[in-house]
Formats: sequence, C-alpha cells, structure tokens
Amino acid sequence: MKINQLDMQLLNTISNLNGVPDGAVNIRLDGKAVLRNSTPNIKISSKENGSGLVVEVRPGTRNETVHVPVLLTSGGFVDKVYNTFIVGEDSDVTIIAGCGIHNDSHSNSRHDGIHEIVVKKGARLKYIEKHYGEGSGDGKRILNPTTTVTVEKGAFAEMEMVQIKGVDDTYRSTVATIHEKGSLKIVERLMTHGCQSAESDISVCIEGKDGSGQVLSRSVAKDESYQVFKAALTGKTECIGHVECDSIIMDNARIKAIPQLVAEDSGAILTHEAAIGKIAGEQLIKLMSLGLTEKEAVETILAGFLR
Amino acid sequence: MLKLDNISMTVNDSNGGTREIIRNINAEFHPGKIYAITGPNGGGKTTIAKVIMGIYRNCAGNIYLNGEDITELSVTERAKRGIAYAFQQPPRFKGLNVKDLLQIARPSIDDKSLWKNLRDVGLCPEDYLDRDVGPGLSGGEIKRIEIAQVLSRNTVVSIFDEPEAGVDLWTVQRLIGIIMSKYKNNPHATAIIITHNENVLPVCDEILVVNDGMIQTRGTADEIWPLIKGDIECKMKDQCRGEMGYEN
Ligand SMILES: Nc1ncnc2c1ncn2[C@@H]1O[C@H](COP(=O)(O)OP(=O)(O)O)[C@@H](O)[C@H]1O
Ligand SMILES: [Mg+2]
Repeated sequence: MKINQLDMQLLNTISNLNGVPDGAVNIRLDGKAVLRNSTPNIKISSKENGSGLVVEVRPGTRNETVHVPVLLTSGGFVDKVYNTFIVGEDSDVTIIAGCGIHNDSHSNSRHDGIHEIVVKKGARLKYIEKHYGEGSGDGKRILNPTTTVTVEKGAFAEMEMVQIKGVDDTYRSTVATIHEKGSLKIVERLMTHGCQSAESDISVCIEGKDGSGQVLSRSVAKDESYQVFKAALTGKTECIGHVECDSIIMDNARIKAIPQLVAEDSGAILTHEAAIGKIAGEQLIKLMSLGLTEKEAVETILAGFLR
Repeated sequence: MLKLDNISMTVNDSNGGTREIIRNINAEFHPGKIYAITGPNGGGKTTIAKVIMGIYRNCAGNIYLNGEDITELSVTERAKRGIAYAFQQPPRFKGLNVKDLLQIARPSIDDKSLWKNLRDVGLCPEDYLDRDVGPGLSGGEIKRIEIAQVLSRNTVVSIFDEPEAGVDLWTVQRLIGIIMSKYKNNPHATAIIITHNENVLPVCDEILVVNDGMIQTRGTADEIWPLIKGDIECKMKDQCRGEMGYEN
C-alpha cells in the first residue's frame, strides 16, 4: 500500500514528518502497517495474537527516535490496537506516537489505542503523542487512548500529550506507576471547540521512595465544548508529587477539573493547583495597545498558553 | 501633536451614582518634547493615559493626533497610528515570552535591537529573551519588559506610567538618557512620563500637576519643580524609607 498526499499531510500534522523517517518506524494506516522498519537497537514486531506491536529498545541505546503514527483515512473505520513499549535499562530515547483521523463520511471513525510503556531501570524516555482530526463529513472523529506507564528505579519519563483540533469525542486514560527514585512528568495540552467533548483521566501512583510525579495540564475550551479533567496523585511513601490544571474557558463551554491527592505516608509531599478562567481583559488590551486586533490578541494568547 | 480638548470621564460608583474621575482636561503635547504628569495617587494620571490610548472612553471632549480626530478610534487603531502606553501595572501572560512580546510590539525587530532594548532597561538579554512573562517574574522585571516594548516601537506619542516603580536608580538614570535621546528634539515623537521621580521631573520640558481629576497647575520644570519638590522628597521617604521604588 502506498502513502498518498493526504496521508502525508496528516502524518506531518501529528508527527512533523515530511517523509519516511530514518530509524525505527511503524506507520499504521486504516488498521494495517504500511511501513515498518527496525534498527539494530530498536526492534518492532507484531504481537503473536495480532493485536498490535511490541517495540523493544535495547539496553543502553542512546539518542534514537521511534515513530509509531496511526492514520485513519477511510471514513467510518474503527481501529483498535494494543502496543507495548519496553525501554531498556540505561537507554535514552524518544517515542513519537500520535493519531490523525481524516473523515469525510457520515459514519464515525474511531481509534482506541492502548499503549503500555515500561521504562526500565535508569532509562530516560521522552514520549510525544499528538491527536488531530479533520474532514468534511458529519461522521465523528473519536479517539480513546489508554496509556499505562511504569517508571522503574531511577528512570525518567516525560510524556507530552497534545490534542489541539478536530477530535469530536475523546476519553483519555493514563495510569502511571513510579518506583524508587523514578520521575515522571506528564504534560497535557488540550483544545476543544464546536460541540466536542474531552475527558482526561490521569492517575499517578508513586510507590517508590524518593519518586516524583508531575502532571501539568493546560486546556482551552471554546464554543459549546465540554472538558473533564481528573488527576489523581497517590503517594505511598516519601515522595514528591504535583498536579496543575490551568484552563481558559470561552463562549458557552464548560470545564470540570477534579484534582485529587492521596497521601499514604507522612513523608509524601503532594500539592495541586487548579484554575479556570476566561482570558483577562487586561491581557487583550495590552496586546491591542501594541497594534493587534482583538481577534489577533485572542489567538496570540491561546497559542502561547497551549504552546 | 497630540491635543486633548476638554476631556472628561465619568464612571459608575458603588452607590449606583456616577463620579467624574477626570474633568475638563486641556493639553497639547508637541513633538520633540518630554512631558511629565505628576500629582498625588488617585489624582487621575493613569486615567488620562488610558483615555489617550483608547482603553477608557472619555464621555466629553475630543482627542486629536496630528489634526485627526481620534476620539472614536479603537485601541488597535490608535496603536497603529503611533500611540503607545507602558502600563503602570502590566498584565502577565502564561506562555508568551519576552521575545514574543517584543516581536508583537515591533514585528520587524532584528536580534540586535532585541538585545539593545533589553539592555536599555537593565535586563540581560541572554537571561530574559526566552523567559515567560508569567508568574515567574518579579514586578520590577515585568515593569522593565513593559518599558522595553514601548521603547522598541516607532511611535508618535509614547506614554510611560510610573516607569521608575520597581526599577533601581542606575536603570532610572539610564532610562532618562534613553528617553532624552529618543524623544528630545525628535520632530516626530513625543514622550509623556507619569512620574514622581526627582531625577525624571527636572529633565522634562513641561510638567502637568494633576489632582482631583483636574490639571491643577502646569509649567516648565524650573517653575513647577520648586513647588512640588518638598512633597515628592518627603513622600519618597515616607513610602520607601529611603529606598528607591514604591508602590503605585
Ligand atoms: N475603571 C474605573 N472605575 C472606577 N473608578 C476608577 C476607574 N479607574 C480609575 N478610577 C478612580 O479614578 C481615580 C483616579 O485614578 P487613577 O487615574 O488611577 O489615578 P492615578 O494614576 O493618578 O493614581 C481613582 O479614585 C480611581 O479609584
Ligand atoms: Mg496611576
């Protein structure tokens, strides 16, 4: 199967790729792998039961990037996948996942992706997942990503999850476990518009001594859209955890933010901050006094906020 | 030239009535000159600045810029015609950095000017260009970045609202030098500085003293400075116990 112009554009939007990348890659288009490439350090293979991929990063691998984008372009396609990523001990790699849906049809397109990530002892992982939808049909574009991540002893993971446009319905579940001296930072960026609804449910459990967890979410809700943000942070031992959810609300949108802290040890230091508000009038006026129109000022503020 | 012709502004007060916060303001601001507006807190200085920028709408009188009546123009339109205002209390932005704001202020700005603008306000460009203009900056830093934005633009009328607040003496001296060289005898540009600063006031060509919403008195620095000198010097000591910078 060939990758056409439209697919290429979608691919570029979700992963900034302008062609086939060097290194390890698996491009999934409408349920099938259209391109797969392993490297000596990163092996990509299919699971025996055919439910998805296994990506194995050899211990000690440094500065390599794996691309595993998913594209849905035939209208009404429902895709389900279960991928496993094993990031080997002391390695340092980037995984770029993401899903782009183009739906011109009247039936719903849906991708339910389960990613199970294990960051082994002393490894460093940067994980980037971008979600995007487009298309002219009234069929919905639905994405339900589930991510489970285990950060082993002394490992570090930063996960950036971005959904900026065009996804009608999303339920995102992220479950993380952090072991001794492990560190996890989850950064979420979300924009909803029209009648979209998005729910993100993050649960981080710090099990190991001196572990640390951070959840930083910024979102913008426009028009009639609805967002729910749940972040539960549990500290079972001496550890540090912080949750921050900061939202800009516009038009007739609704936002519900539910941060939750559970400390099961007196040495757990857990904090949260949550704020929902519209764009401050002073900010608009400031930018207008530099020559921007009101519309430009709003766009500038939102783009900065979600950057 | 910027001309304020009988400007008044009324706001709704808390008892459901109205209150005139500035009234019958008449003033001309000529190119090549530096003007100071001074007077007690709550006198109406910031209100006059906001009315000039179009942030507040005057309910009586007219504003002319180089002969054009700009009374009905929006903030954006006035900015495009060359009016700039450095806020007394600048807002913060999550996600916009110093470079972003300077580039919005002056879209064609090059790296050299970016650096120069920050140095002019006493900030080290390496440390500040990529900093978020958000909750992580101090009031004094925000203030300097605000001034840098106005200095970076090519403007017809630049208004600085208490630029000295939160800025050290050395930077104030340097700012005075920059404002003098940028505006004094510039045939196209005027500076208006709202200030109580004893170093700034004497270098201004004309000082307007605003009190209780009106221009109480005006004149050259030589005429006015002796009248207000006592007030300002003792106020300085009062408010900051001899340190530079004070609130509002
Ligand atoms: N938007 C507003 N609504 C109501 N009252 C205002 C508003 N802006 C300013 N004022 C009042 O007008 C007076 C003058 O304020 P301001 O111009 O900020 O004084 P200054 O800058 O000289 O300290 C003050 O009493 C202030 O409380
Ligand atoms: Mg003021």
